[in-house]
Amino acid sequence: METYNAMRTFADSWGLVYLMAIFIFIIVWIFRPGSQKHVDDAAQIPFKEDR
Amino acid sequence: MRNASWVVVLGAGAFVALLGAALGQDQLFRTHMWLLTLVLVLATVVMLRTLRFSPAPAAQIPFKSAQDDVQYMDTVIRYGTIATVFWGVVGFLVGVVVAAQLAWPQLNIEPWFNFGRMRPLHTSAVIFAFGGNALLATSFYVVQRTCRARLWGGDLAWFVFWGYQLFIVLAATGYLLGITAGREYAEPEWYVDLWLTVVWVAYLLVFMGTLMKRKEPHIYVANWFYLAFIVTIAMLHVVNNLAMPVSFLGAKSYSAFAGVQDALTQWWYGHNAVGFFLTAGFLGMMYYFVPKQANRPIYSYRLSIIHFWALIFLYIWAGPHHLHYTALPDWAQTLGMVFSVMLWMPSWGGMINGLMTLSGAWDKLRTDPILRMMVIAVAFYGMSTFEGPMMSIKAVNSLSHYTDWTIGHVHSGALGWVGMISFGAVYFLVPKLWQRQRLYSLRMVNWHFWLATLGIVLYAAVMWVAGIQQGLMWREYNDQGFLVYSFAESVAAMHPYYVLRTVGGLLYLTGGLIMAFNIYMTIRGYQRDEIAMGEEAPAPGTVSQPAE
Repeated sequence: METYNAMRTFADSWGLVYLMAIFIFIIVWIFRPGSQKHVDDAAQIPFKEDR
Repeated sequence: MRNASWVVVLGAGAFVALLGAALGQDQLFRTHMWLLTLVLVLATVVMLRTLRFSPAPAAQIPFKSAQDDVQYMDTVIRYGTIATVFWGVVGFLVGVVVAAQLAWPQLNIEPWFNFGRMRPLHTSAVIFAFGGNALLATSFYVVQRTCRARLWGGDLAWFVFWGYQLFIVLAATGYLLGITAGREYAEPEWYVDLWLTVVWVAYLLVFMGTLMKRKEPHIYVANWFYLAFIVTIAMLHVVNNLAMPVSFLGAKSYSAFAGVQDALTQWWYGHNAVGFFLTAGFLGMMYYFVPKQANRPIYSYRLSIIHFWALIFLYIWAGPHHLHYTALPDWAQTLGMVFSVMLWMPSWGGMINGLMTLSGAWDKLRTDPILRMMVIAVAFYGMSTFEGPMMSIKAVNSLSHYTDWTIGHVHSGALGWVGMISFGAVYFLVPKLWQRQRLYSLRMVNWHFWLATLGIVLYAAVMWVAGIQQGLMWREYNDQGFLVYSFAESVAAMHPYYVLRTVGGLLYLTGGLIMAFNIYMTIRGYQRDEIAMGEEAPAPGTVSQPAE
């Protein structure tokens, strides 16, 4: 039971912070200035080479 | 001497299986091992016939032929596409049979073909055999095209393909024999599970290896979804199937978990099989094949990234909604419900992304039944990802749970989303893979589209009515507090709905058969002489003009 308590306390505190931080970072990252060209290029990948 | 090592491995495998057949502790295990021996001996003979003992021509001797680096590995994808169509038809057929068995119980033929054994055969055939092969084939196709690299690992991709087919055959025959672990969507027993683990690790290696040697700097979003599917299924499969066999030469095993922990493990697996097998993997398909077929890039690449991370982070927590009002702690049920409701957002983000890809090109729907199939798939994805969160709300669940509403929901997702997007991908792939100008017949694709759509609509609508009626009958009390209906009465009331459901399934199966014929003729190189989609047939009496 102690292990369980320790793990769930970790999960709903630091675990939650960790996952939220990753998610917020990703959103900030993909909207960073100058990313428009990168995402436009990435969207074109399926059309680049197809044999 | 290509294939020589495969012959040795297969021969040794056949011998080990024979030992299992001889020393097995129970009759079921021995029968299953005989079957395995038969399959492996046949495979050994087939491989022996491919052996060539003459030395390789000098040009082929360098360790890496120039061609290997340039050309994509497509033969295994051709096999995968054919397997997809084959298992699809088999799975739909078994589905129609089990639907008929529910409507007419006389059709239960004991012991091998009763409902209890046929039902896992149906679910595994459509999810793992049809869906799994569709995912294998398309993931190998997409990862090569978007990385501009040949599949990593040489023959390992072949091992993945044939190993997976062996898993399917062992699972399917096991169910009919009566070998089952009794876990939803994970019925195969421990030795079949171990085999799938080996195959899956090989699959991960092939996929990761190809990503590592990519020539395209960015990893296209479809591959993220495929990778998430492969990695998560590996984790789910291993944990859910942790078990102790009664004997290492026996079929039976017992789960490592007990009681409510076992129930939660099963639904953590079960719901994420839906989330990562039937959703993430097929979203990978959507993010490649919808833009390709519409010939337009995805509506918003940024949205696809948010879609990916939000879906991955949320889905894994939604499983407890399968255990509302059970011994599962209340907070865990609420957690499952809340995450399920939140899942609505990324799901619809993905749906909007798929649909909006067609903005400015909606006219293509008039002439392109393949695109139409993909669009209805995305529409059904949106529909069932709205229905799912709604059903996970406890108050709704108290009515819907254990009723046929759930079955209807699953089928609108599986037939509508998974089936339709796979058909679209197959129709896209076959002319490309076999270098045909076009499919044998686009009109037949249109027939398939309408038969399948009508089948799903009939199926889902009937199951809504059936499920809600069932739920209401079960909770109907009279003014003295007694239940108004016995359980058997609610079963009898379902008969007309079950008959209609069988009709819906038949429509879907007919569509599948038309696809199989169309694909066969395309591969053979025929083109049906037909009026192009969107054009009228010439009025009777008009003289046909000679071309040019």
